[in-house]
Amino acid sequence: MPVIRIAEKPVNVNEEGFMTQYDEWNEEIAKELAAQIEIPLTEEHWKIIKFLREDFKVQGETATSRRVQTVGGVPVKEQFALFPKKPAKKMAYIAGLPKPKGCV
Amino acid sequence: MTPSIVPNFGSESTDRKLAIICSKGNLDMAYPGLILANAALGEGVETMLFFTFWGFDMITKSRMNDLQFSPAGNTAMHLPGHNMHIPQAMMPAPGMTAVATHMLKKQIADLDVPEVPDFLDQIVAAGGHLWACRMSADMNKLEMNDLRDDVEGIISASDFIEMTEGAQLLFI
Repeated sequence: MPVIRIAEKPVNVNEEGFMTQYDEWNEEIAKELAAQIEIPLTEEHWKIIKFLREDFKVQGETATSRRVQTVGGVPVKEQFALFPKKPAKKMAYIAGLPKPKGCV
Repeated sequence: MTPSIVPNFGSESTDRKLAIICSKGNLDMAYPGLILANAALGEGVETMLFFTFWGFDMITKSRMNDLQFSPAGNTAMHLPGHNMHIPQAMMPAPGMTAVATHMLKKQIADLDVPEVPDFLDQIVAAGGHLWACRMSADMNKLEMNDLRDDVEGIISASDFIEMTEGAQLLFI
């Protein structure tokens, strides 16, 4: 698996560029990842990113859009507004987590 | 160290379109279209659903909460977690549809997949478009106010074909 430099740190990623080591992530890295896919991070973005980080720690897998709505409390419509077109994947990418596996 | 790798999330202006025709009103056959529509929207694909014939029950206010699943005629129906079949001759027994519907709803809920009306709420929130079939509405004597409020219109088959020009199409 490739190692790339993000926010001055070496970071393990998969062949698509998603981070593979939960503990390598920090907020500086998140800002740089977000900038790379042209998403300016606001408080609302951080709320979702922090939920995804916490939820992954407990569940061992990345929350789907559905779960971000029902458990994280951010409606699907808002997720699409914050992370246009492909919210589930973009949220996971910035949070340094794998793509969600669930279908819904 | 490898140079930067950024996932390809596709261009913001993908012109991929998906049209899904939902023609079944059984609980089990309502889901494939909804799951695929939801997945397509999550990939940034413009998605339109057209409800026709039995699929009309999915968007009819008085029926959408009461879709049912019958194991009769479905030889692929097993008890959850087993390979065992229940003989088809037993399927029409009184109460069988209610039991099977209850079991299927529980299995779906266990996966955190919403019920049909909730699922359509989510699809519309994600930018999906719902359309109803003119002939089905006429046959069932239903009008717009009998349907979910987010159904955009009752349209003819030719209107639907026209508006989905260039779309990939699924018939379920």
